[in-house]
Amino acid sequence: MQKYFAFFRLRFTLGLQYRAAAAAGISTQFAWGFMQIMIYKAFYDAEPGAFPMTFSATVSYIWLQQAFFALFTAWIVENEILDSVVNGNIAYELCRPIRIYNIWFSRSLANRISRAFLRCLPILLVAVFLPYPYGLSAPASAFHFVVFILALGLGLLVTVAFCMLIYALTFFTISPQGLMVIFTSMVEFFAGAVIPLPFFPEKIQRIMELLPFASMQNAALRIYSGSMSSPEMKRTVLLQVIWLFILTFCGSALCRYAEKKVTIQGG
Amino acid sequence: MNTLKSCVRLYFHYVSINIRSIMQYKTSFFLSVLGQFLVSFNVFGGIYFMFLRFHSVKGFTYNEVLLCFSIILLEFSLAEMTARGFDTFSGMVRTGSFDTILIRPQHEILQIIGSKFELTRIGRMLQAIVMFCYAVFHCNIEWQPARIATVFFMMAGGMAVFTGIFMIYAAFSFFTLDGLEFMNIFTNGAREFGKYPIGIYGKKMLFFTTFIIPYALIQYYPLLYLIGRTDNAVNIFLPLCAVFFLIPCYMFWRFGVRHYRSSGS
Amino acid sequence: MITMENVCKSYRVAKRNAGFKEACKALFHREYEVIHALSDVSFTINDGEMVGYIGPNGAGKSSTIKILSGILTPDSGTVFVDGRIPSKDRIRHVSQIGVVFGQRSQLWWDVPVIDSFELLKDIYSIPNHQYKKNVEELTQLLDLQELLRSPARQLSLGQRMRCEIAASLLHSPKLLFLDEPTIGLDAVSKIAVREFIKKQNELHGTTVILTTHDMQDIEALSRRIILVGKGKILLDGGLEEIRKGGSNIDETIAELYRSFEIQEG
Repeated sequence: MQKYFAFFRLRFTLGLQYRAAAAAGISTQFAWGFMQIMIYKAFYDAEPGAFPMTFSATVSYIWLQQAFFALFTAWIVENEILDSVVNGNIAYELCRPIRIYNIWFSRSLANRISRAFLRCLPILLVAVFLPYPYGLSAPASAFHFVVFILALGLGLLVTVAFCMLIYALTFFTISPQGLMVIFTSMVEFFAGAVIPLPFFPEKIQRIMELLPFASMQNAALRIYSGSMSSPEMKRTVLLQVIWLFILTFCGSALCRYAEKKVTIQGG
Repeated sequence: MNTLKSCVRLYFHYVSINIRSIMQYKTSFFLSVLGQFLVSFNVFGGIYFMFLRFHSVKGFTYNEVLLCFSIILLEFSLAEMTARGFDTFSGMVRTGSFDTILIRPQHEILQIIGSKFELTRIGRMLQAIVMFCYAVFHCNIEWQPARIATVFFMMAGGMAVFTGIFMIYAAFSFFTLDGLEFMNIFTNGAREFGKYPIGIYGKKMLFFTTFIIPYALIQYYPLLYLIGRTDNAVNIFLPLCAVFFLIPCYMFWRFGVRHYRSSGS
Repeated sequence: MITMENVCKSYRVAKRNAGFKEACKALFHREYEVIHALSDVSFTINDGEMVGYIGPNGAGKSSTIKILSGILTPDSGTVFVDGRIPSKDRIRHVSQIGVVFGQRSQLWWDVPVIDSFELLKDIYSIPNHQYKKNVEELTQLLDLQELLRSPARQLSLGQRMRCEIAASLLHSPKLLFLDEPTIGLDAVSKIAVREFIKKQNELHGTTVILTTHDMQDIEALSRRIILVGKGKILLDGGLEEIRKGGSNIDETIAELYRSFEIQEG
């Protein structure tokens, strides 16, 4: 445990040092969120009746999405991991007395949390004080907030677990970068990063909600504003746990298999 | 005239050496093309599903939005293909390869855009072309010569504006390497949010993109003319005016180079 | 002829301290320190001379090279290379010099070396006959026949360095800067590179300025040594003078570093 914590601390400190990067990230996220809201505003003005969520819930969804961008985006790729697979440095990692799946998992986790932690507070703070309906509204209830936090954590773990599965797959391909782009686009679309899942037609949405991608950002972001009933919330969180279990199991199994393969080939 | 000719020749020499390099890794190239296609296909998916639910946005129909998006995407991918050297320029500053460029007797911009010709952007272009054809067939536009010319002017102006933005992005890396992410709003953001006609973002945004970064000149105004919402012929030529945007961009770039050469970064 | 008179150059660098607490502090307040890379440096180098420019890392070696090759503008002082001011007249200046950065490649990674040469021919606008003659001569002297057809990525370090050196001499520069040209090479390649540089100097009277940590390079090539430390010239004289008969070159230099207290931390 201590070892993983050391990784985490190192990453976090590194992230803090790059002040300009944090400031740039925050303003980008902010501008991005603002533009997104303008789009939904335009659609809302055109046909308020066709809106699947309340406008202010949509706005909250967008601000939370921007604030916690680093937790959930599939675009954060651990290049170190990919490179080490390609150039064979992975051999060194294999020599260390820790399970490789666990190292990578904690490393990605640390990377995402450290990035998000620095960036989320300023965005949330500003978003809260924006005038209604353009600002972040308060959570539906204290209970919703608690479940939101739970779903946020689980969603992060599911995201990382899925990325791990992809990293492990790169062992078996000649072009990890190409593979990454394809998976990344898929995750973004099905996770609700392009448009929130409720904006899809109902039948498609029902299927999408069962996929692991819906257990990433979609769960937490929608629970927050209270647009889910309690049985729905219960089901969503349960599904997150199930997917987390399945993904970690598959990922670590695949990783173990890949380790064996690498050791045999000699890196 | 002679120097211009030799510059063009040198540029095509760069392009050919770039393509020969890429073709050493064919699998990786085709996967990247596919990836590029999928990335912008996501955006298309977003538009498609939004319009399953809504019939129009600020009076623009699905087909008109597609027309707008496809033209922007085509301009962006063309600019990215040719001016990708600016996009990856921060790496050159970081590793010091820019020094290698400064010790060569050619203009640094020629060498930078020559250093990278990103053929993989064909993936994006392909999607843009398919969407464009679809939109042209479904938009009921009467294609008189003036309208056809407008599309070409939009291409030229759009490539110039995006190249200018890339140039500013590159010039910023002389001053800050960590803070570069900020410029994302103007590069990728311009493509991402340019999918809808800028008018839908409100008056203030329209003002900003008319007078500060002349983005509306290549997108919103000529689009209005294309889809017949206005007959004002000025809209045909506005995209060409956007080419002047390159002047301040170039000045800022020169300022950056001077800064680099006096501070050593 | 190269003359540098009272040249000064300083940078401002942000301090980055390790540790969690320091990092938090740096979020709000950042400290800078000024580094005097060169303070009051003067020397003259005549045509056809071979000069070893040595000193510990961070002493100001590469700043000097960058100023002489026109990449950096000095804060104060005057620099003349064959009557040109490098920083003012960059393009004309660099067409007359060749630079080899030992740790940076100017060859295209994925295409045959000869293709990179062809591109350089266009970059430097080398006339056909001169290019042909130079390639022939360099191929023979550096033993490149087998290498020109393979991509740079497939070459060993020593083979690549030979190609790099040939690449920077294609346009027959009168002045050659070598920045650690033998770093990481095996004994055979080192000797080949040294022999070649010597020959180039004898055949064409090329002025060579060499920075290196390898004292055997200096011993084999230069009659004159300029020693820099902490941005100042500490010693400028003949190799024999410095050595005063006796001990081996590494020990002599180590002794010098110690006496000037410029050892690396």
